[in-house]
Amino acid sequence: MIRKIYFQSIFFSFLFFKEVFAAESGGMPQLNPEFWISQIFWLILTFGTLYLALSKLVLPKISDNLESRKSKILENIEAADKQREDCEVKYRAYEEFVSKSKLKAKAIFNQSREKAIKDINNKRDILDKQIDEEISKVEEEIKILRKNAPDKISKIAVETSSELIHKFLGAEVNNSSISAIVDDLSKKNGNKYYGY
Amino acid sequence: MAANPMSQFNVYRIGPEIKLGEFDISFTNASLFMIISTFAILLIFNIGSKKNTILPNKFQLLGELSYTFVAKMINDTAGSKAKPYFSFIFSLFMFVLFCNMFGMIPYTFTVTSHIIVTFVLAAFIFIGVTVIGFIKHGLGYLKLFVPSGVPAVLLPLIVIIEIISYLSRPISLSVRLFANMMAGHTMMKVFGGFVISLGIVGGWLPLSFSVALTGLEILVAFLQAYVFAILTCIYLNDALNLHH
Repeated sequence: MIRKIYFQSIFFSFLFFKEVFAAESGGMPQLNPEFWISQIFWLILTFGTLYLALSKLVLPKISDNLESRKSKILENIEAADKQREDCEVKYRAYEEFVSKSKLKAKAIFNQSREKAIKDINNKRDILDKQIDEEISKVEEEIKILRKNAPDKISKIAVETSSELIHKFLGAEVNNSSISAIVDDLSKKNGNKYYGY
Repeated sequence: MAANPMSQFNVYRIGPEIKLGEFDISFTNASLFMIISTFAILLIFNIGSKKNTILPNKFQLLGELSYTFVAKMINDTAGSKAKPYFSFIFSLFMFVLFCNMFGMIPYTFTVTSHIIVTFVLAAFIFIGVTVIGFIKHGLGYLKLFVPSGVPAVLLPLIVIIEIISYLSRPISLSVRLFANMMAGHTMMKVFGGFVISLGIVGGWLPLSFSVALTGLEILVAFLQAYVFAILTCIYLNDALNLHH
């Protein structure tokens, strides 16, 4: 569409300005060879200068700049990678250290707890033993006392009865016959008096 | 005079007439704009390559982007063997681009709208490519005209067509650039003339066309420089990597 308008307008323009063209020599100034040599000369001069200046001065510098930037960026990336690796190694070492010390702390805690428990147990054992000993000693004493109690009581009973008989009846009684009676009685009523 | 859309292509002498032997090499408006383009290119790229910072400034970015753009173009079309010709193609691309772009400024002269200029460039490229081809491959370069896998009956015809197409390369290359530039500038001038002749009532339509055309012409100016450079790369590719 645009192309069509483009060329049509050029065509019409030629119609429009036909008279003006007629006045010009040759129509298109491009086909007038008057300045061709001049244009060729200046083209060679300027383009040659441009080519020489660009190829010798400017383009090598741009290429160097690009290369140096590339290498610098690569270097920086390498350095960053290396530092990252270092960081990782250090972090791993740190983590290892932390976990090791955690284990150590746990071990110390366990040890001290065991020790404390052991100490407590030992002390309790000793105390238990002492208490047992004392209890058994006291029981022994109680046993002895109990064992001796009937004899003493019967002795007291015999003496008291003989005294009583002597005072009330005024008669001398044989101690042995009284003790036989007491024995007999105590045997009969032992359960009532001593609980066994 | 000013209404003539072709008058913008007139070449006129600036200053005195200079003669070299019997040739007239006077300084003209064409010469002026060639010098302006060259100077602008050198200025921009010189500023762009002066400092080397990791974060490039605007001119440096411009220079480096152009460099990588042209380098990629050459590498894609002609391969790594074309590296020695990088400077030439870069200069060619920049020269054509700047001449085209300076032509877009009102009241300037478009160097590339003259067939003689584009033809000299194209002829130089043609001769240079042919010489490179013969140096690299000797007479084997003539194999370019004999495509492989063609029936023997058709071969003479194909060879003739290939030779004609090879010989017409400088003409097509130069006429493409010249015609595009001339047509675009002529049309813009024509629409400009319509704006004046139709006046305030009807002038808006051609004016809006003119605005749109300016955008199109800037695109064409870049595109034609690119096409010129990439066709040079393709011709160079034929000469460097002969496989047909």
